Order: sequence, then structure tokens, then C-alpha cells
Amino acid sequence: MGTGENLLERVQASLGAQALETGMAHGILVLQITAESLVPVAGRLKQEFGFDLFLDVTATDWPQRRPRFDVVYHFYSARDFVRVRLKTQVEETDPTVDTLVPLYGSARYMERECHEMYGIRFRGNDDLRPLLLYEGFVGHPLRKDYPKQREQPLVPYRDVKP
Amino acid sequence: MARNMAEIRSYTMNFGPQHPAAHGVLRLVLEMDGEVVQKADPHVGLLHRATEKLAESKPYNQSIGYMDRLDYVSMMCNEHAYVLAIEKLLGVTPPERAQYIRVMFDEITRVLNHLMWLGAHGLDIGAMTIFLYCFREREDLMDCYEAVSGTRMHATYYRPGGVYRDLPDTLPKYQPSRFRSAKEINRLNEARSGSLLDFIDDFTTRFPAAIDEYETLLTDNRIWKQRTVNIGVVTPERALNLGFTGPMLRGSGIAWDLRKKQPYEVYDRMDFDIPVGLNGDCYDRYLCRIEELRQSNRIVKQCVDWLQQNPGPVMVDDHKIVPPRREAMKGDMESLIHHFKLFTEGYSVPAGESYAAVEAPKGEFGIYLVSDGANKPYRLKCRAPGFPHLAALEEMTRGHMLADVVAVIGTLDIVFGEIDR
Repeated sequence: MGTGENLLERVQASLGAQALETGMAHGILVLQITAESLVPVAGRLKQEFGFDLFLDVTATDWPQRRPRFDVVYHFYSARDFVRVRLKTQVEETDPTVDTLVPLYGSARYMERECHEMYGIRFRGNDDLRPLLLYEGFVGHPLRKDYPKQREQPLVPYRDVKP
Repeated sequence: MARNMAEIRSYTMNFGPQHPAAHGVLRLVLEMDGEVVQKADPHVGLLHRATEKLAESKPYNQSIGYMDRLDYVSMMCNEHAYVLAIEKLLGVTPPERAQYIRVMFDEITRVLNHLMWLGAHGLDIGAMTIFLYCFREREDLMDCYEAVSGTRMHATYYRPGGVYRDLPDTLPKYQPSRFRSAKEINRLNEARSGSLLDFIDDFTTRFPAAIDEYETLLTDNRIWKQRTVNIGVVTPERALNLGFTGPMLRGSGIAWDLRKKQPYEVYDRMDFDIPVGLNGDCYDRYLCRIEELRQSNRIVKQCVDWLQQNPGPVMVDDHKIVPPRREAMKGDMESLIHHFKLFTEGYSVPAGESYAAVEAPKGEFGIYLVSDGANKPYRLKCRAPGFPHLAALEEMTRGHMLADVVAVIGTLDIVFGEIDR
């Protein structure tokens, strides 16, 4: 585990300048960054520090806060067995971040899910169709202000064309 | 006319959702050129139950049952990640015996999952018998689930702070019935005459022979090899890029296993090996999973030996998060209040965020938990291992024949409970 902790220290020292805030949370290095520096930071994580596994992207909704959304990324290094969490904040009026698909193929579907659940737009991801919900679903169900009792419109039978 | 027909070669085909090889509810829209797949577009979400949203409106303990229903063939592993995430925020460490019980049941779950996978995968690509063989052993392990939790599938056995109760000293016996002969009932009840640990111990001695039996059916089977060798090949680089974990990644030759590389509970005291594939095709992943069955069996055996010698508590002694004993409630006011508070309001978890991952049978199952200090999660995100695997389906099937799509779906080991959530 020694090398892994060293790695996290090196990451913290090297990427700390690009981050707004850094810290450890339960064994995971957390970097709070701006939406603009997301792709450069993720790229350096992958190329310089060997974080080759993109685990997850999700969002958290804080309706009272400005900016409203946290977009949260989890990375893993399959060589050194440590994790990094990137967090970036986006405004409700323009919830846009750049896509990580060119770096990690697995980001494609995960961003698609995050898009439908929170309405976060991933600039550059060309496939943001609904995934778990059907086409015609109104709203973003994991947002805190989504009315749980809302009845969704019934959709007519769809053709099989993709 | 005939000339026109020949020109239109590409067509769209709908696969599932009501297809026996779709493993639940997968709808694939395939673009075919003759019998060759050009493009595969999975349409999922037919099993979406909004688990993450539901969890936001319930006290922590009430969502444990939902975790069982995510990946409904590896129930306890999902619970494990969830309770680990809560324990990290609470700062609680379960007693040693509870940790061994968890490891033992994680491995029993892995065997359950791999047996289900092996049976279904065999059935998908034309090996009928293996399904019946696998379910014979699954039945015994389901009995273990039933013995500790009262249910055969959705156990809700792990709790923050330990496990719900200690392993039972007796097992229910089979009753005479007209479906089984007296001789068979005697054979079944003989193994069930002692405690649960005796039964599991007996199982671990029987199981390697059963694995050999599965292997005689498949490993050198010419038809099986024709259907799986060089099908759905994924290079190690692509496997990492596509976010593979678990046997999917190991089948491509990367020795990645959370149980070894980031041990949780008592996995660092266990003696076991990680099987790794060479070619990254369906056959290698099959071999990996078969070997994992053997390794899991070894771990279960080690846990049984330890548990038989070391009795002790299986829950932390903190009645702010763990209900008091029912006898204590009868005479002790404080216990009664604890019980009432715990079952009406639950416990509050300090504000913060944690990510807990376990090596589930399908890969890394992770729970990202955000707490704002209330008695229910502010945000719960389940990182399902099957999700990136399914996303890679298109890449793995492109250029293969239609029949190979079924083999690839089988090798992905997808379960829609966790993908659709």
C-alpha cells in the first residue's frame, strides 16, 4: 500500500495547483476543480499517474446552493490500487461539462445516465439519448425538486428504428 | 426484382426483451448485414425501479433490502458495499466474527452467482445438462441463506455494525414427501444434522468434485469450444478503457482483484489465488470463473475453520445503531427507548461522503454515499459492475454472427437488476 499512498501524495502535490481544494476522505483523494480544468486534470491523471480505470460519474443536487450541482467522478489506478475523486460544480442555468469519452470509453454510457437523471450536459458526447427512462419522459428524476407523485405522459407505441 | 432483393442486405433486427437469452429484459436493436452484426444498440431500463431515489426517502437500514434486489443473484455482496459505506461514515468496525461471517457469505454468494451464470450461459449456447447440475449445488447454498436470514434470496442479513444474528446451531430438515424417496431424504438430512457450519464444511468437501463434474461437461467439449473460443475478444487495454472489472478484466489478463489489492474485512488473512486469462475471449472468462469457484471454496473452508473455533459477538454493542436484545427490552426502559427510536427514526449518520467498493462476483460493486447528517442518505449512487460491461456489448459483438451475440451476452454475466437499478 506504500506506493499507493506515495502516488496520492504526488498527485496532490502536482495537481493541487489546478484544484480549488484537495483533501483525503476515507482513503480517497478528493480534488475539487473547476469545470474548465476537468479534461486537463483527468488527462494528466490518466497519462502521468496511471489512473486507467474510469469507474463512475454521477451528480449531486444541492438546490439551496449556488452553483447547484456537483458532478462527481471516480477514478481508479489498476497499477497502484488507489482511488481519486474529482468534483466540479456547475450552475443550474448552464449545467455543462466536457465529456471524458476521448479518454475513457466507459464514460459514454455513464454520462448518458447522468444526463437523463440530472440534466447535466456533456459537451462532446454525441449519444445523450435517454437510457434507463423512456423517450418522452419529462424532467430529471434524481433532482431534488422532481415531484415524486408526478404522472408521466403515456407514450404511444414506438417503431423499432434505432 | 431479384436484383433489388440482393442489394438490400442490411436490416434491423429486434432482439428481446422477451428472449430467453436476453437474461431478463434486454432489448437489443441489431443492425445486421446478412448474419453479421454491424451495430448493436442496447435499450435498457425496463427494470428501472428508482432504487437511488427510493433510498433518499428512507432511513438507512430500510434500504438494505433494496440492495439485495439490485443484483438479484449476488445479494449479500451488494448489501456488503452498502453497509461498508455507512460504516465508514459512522466510524464503526464490526467484530471479528462478523467480518469472517461476511467474508464467508460473500464467497458463498460468489459461488451462487457463478453457478447461476454457468448454468444460464450453458443453456444459452446449447448445453442443457449443466444447468441442472449447477442448480443441484445452488440449492444447498440457498439453504445456507435461509438458515441465517429466513429467506432464500433477499437476505437483508448484513447490518451496519455486523450481521443480523449469529450462525444457527441447527438446520431445518427435509420432511417426507411423495416427490422424494425416503433414501434421498435421509441422504439430504444427514448433512443437515449438525450446525450450519458443519453443513457448509461438508459442502466444501463435496464441492470440488462437483466442479470437476461441470468441467467434464464443458471444458474439453468440442461444441462448447467452438462457441466460445475467440468470441468476444477484448484486449487488456480495451478492457481497462471500457471500465471492465472482475472476471471480465481478469479474463483479459489483468490480475485485478479488490480482495487482494485493497483488502476489506479479513480478506488479507485468506489464502487464495487470482485466476487470470490469456486471450480475453469467452472461453478464458469461462475458465476464470470456474477457477474462482475453486478459490471461493477454499476461502469458505478457511472461514469455517476459524468460525468453528472462535465464538463471539457478531454485532457492535452500540444501541444507537444496533437494536437491543428483545429480552432486555422487557425490563429495561432504556433498551425500549433505543428500540423505539431505532425502528421509527433510525440513526443519523455524520455529514460527509464515502465510497465503498467490494469485489462482487461480477466486478467492482461500489456505493457512493453522501450524507447531510440526517437519518437517510442525501444521495446514494450504486456503481454497478454490469453497467460498463453492457455498454461494451456493441464493441464486443461487432463483426460477429448473430448466434455469437448470445454467447457474448452470456459471458458478460449481466443482470438487469443492477444495470437498471
